[in-house]
Amino acid sequence: MRIILNGQEEIVPDETTVAQLLQRRQVEPVRVAVEINEDIVPRRTFDDRIICEGDHIEIATFVGGG
Amino acid sequence: MSKDRYRVGSFEFTSRLFVGTGKYADFDQMKRCLDASQTQVVTVAVRRDVLTSDNTAKRDSILDHLDLKRLTVLPNTAGCFTAKDAIRAAKLSRELLDGLGNPGADWVKLEVLADKKTLLPDPIGTLEATEALVKDDFDVLTYSTDDPILCRRLKDAGATSVMPLGSPIGSGQGILNPNNIQLCLEYLKEGDPEYPVIVDAGVGTASDVTIAMELGADGVLLNTGIAGARNPVLMAEAMAHAVEAGRQAYLAGRIPRKRYATASSPMEGVIASRAPQTTPA
Repeated sequence: MRIILNGQEEIVPDETTVAQLLQRRQVEPVRVAVEINEDIVPRRTFDDRIICEGDHIEIATFVGGG
Repeated sequence: MSKDRYRVGSFEFTSRLFVGTGKYADFDQMKRCLDASQTQVVTVAVRRDVLTSDNTAKRDSILDHLDLKRLTVLPNTAGCFTAKDAIRAAKLSRELLDGLGNPGADWVKLEVLADKKTLLPDPIGTLEATEALVKDDFDVLTYSTDDPILCRRLKDAGATSVMPLGSPIGSGQGILNPNNIQLCLEYLKEGDPEYPVIVDAGVGTASDVTIAMELGADGVLLNTGIAGARNPVLMAEAMAHAVEAGRQAYLAGRIPRKRYATASSPMEGVIASRAPQTTPA
C-alpha cells in the first residue's frame, strides 16, 4: 500500500506496524518520534500501531540548533 | 561563585549559559565548544530524520556527540512560523526526550517566528502556543520580543521562563535595548524574584553576555556568537568568563552613572602652584 513517509511516497506491505517500518529503515525506536496524520504515536504503541493506506507519517529526530 | 544556583522549571543549574548546537564545522568542534563554555544546557532542533534508501548507511546523530550525563537537552521549535507547527514540534520533542530518558522531558524552548527576514517572534502566535502547551503540561520557555508587556502576558499565560531577545537571531547586534530588557526583568520578577529570565539571541561577542547578566538576567542563550566566531572554542571560553563576570557584577552592584568625575585620590595635600578651576576656562 502507498503511504507518505517524511514527505515522500513509499510502498509498504499491508498491515505494517510502526515498529516494522522503523526496522525496515534501520531506525532505532528510542532515537525518533513518530507522527501519523499529525498525531503523535506514543513509543509504547509502536508494536501495535498498524499503518493504513494513505497515512502521512513523519519520523523526526534531533539535529543541531539554537 | 560555585554555589550560585538558579532554577528553571524542575531543573537547577550553576552555569548560566544555554548554548545552541547548530552551525559548528563538525561534531568535534561542537563538543569542544560546549566543554569550553561550561554550559549545562544545550538546545537542539527537531527535524525529519534522514532516511537512507539502501538501509545501510549508519547515520551520525547529534545524540552520539552530546554527553547526556552532564548536559540537559532543551529542544526548540525553531523554524516554526505558526502556533500549530510549534505545538507539533514541541510534542515530537517531548517524545524524543522521553526516548532519551532525559529527566524532566516536558520542557521546550518555544519559538513562533513571524518572518524569515527578521526571525522575530510573532507575538500573537507565541502567546497562543504558550497557552496551548502550558495546558498540555509542558514547561514552556518562551522566546519573545523585548516588549515588557508581552513578556508579562507570556508569564501570566504560564510560561516557565520568558526569554526576551537581545537582538534578532544570529544578528550579532548584542543587547539593542537595555532599557527594555531592564523593564522586562522588573515586570517578570515583580514579587517573584526567582522567576527565571534568560536573554536569548543576538549575542555577537562576550561583552554582550556580560551586559545581559549585569542587567539582572538569570542566564543567556546563544549559538551563533560561538559557532560563527573565527575561533569558536576560544570564544566559548570567553563566553564562560563573560557570563560569570556579568553575574558577579550584578550581585556586587554597579555604581550609579554620574555626569562629572569623582576623584579616586585625595585632593588634600596636592603639590600644585594654583588651585584647579571648578568650571572650564
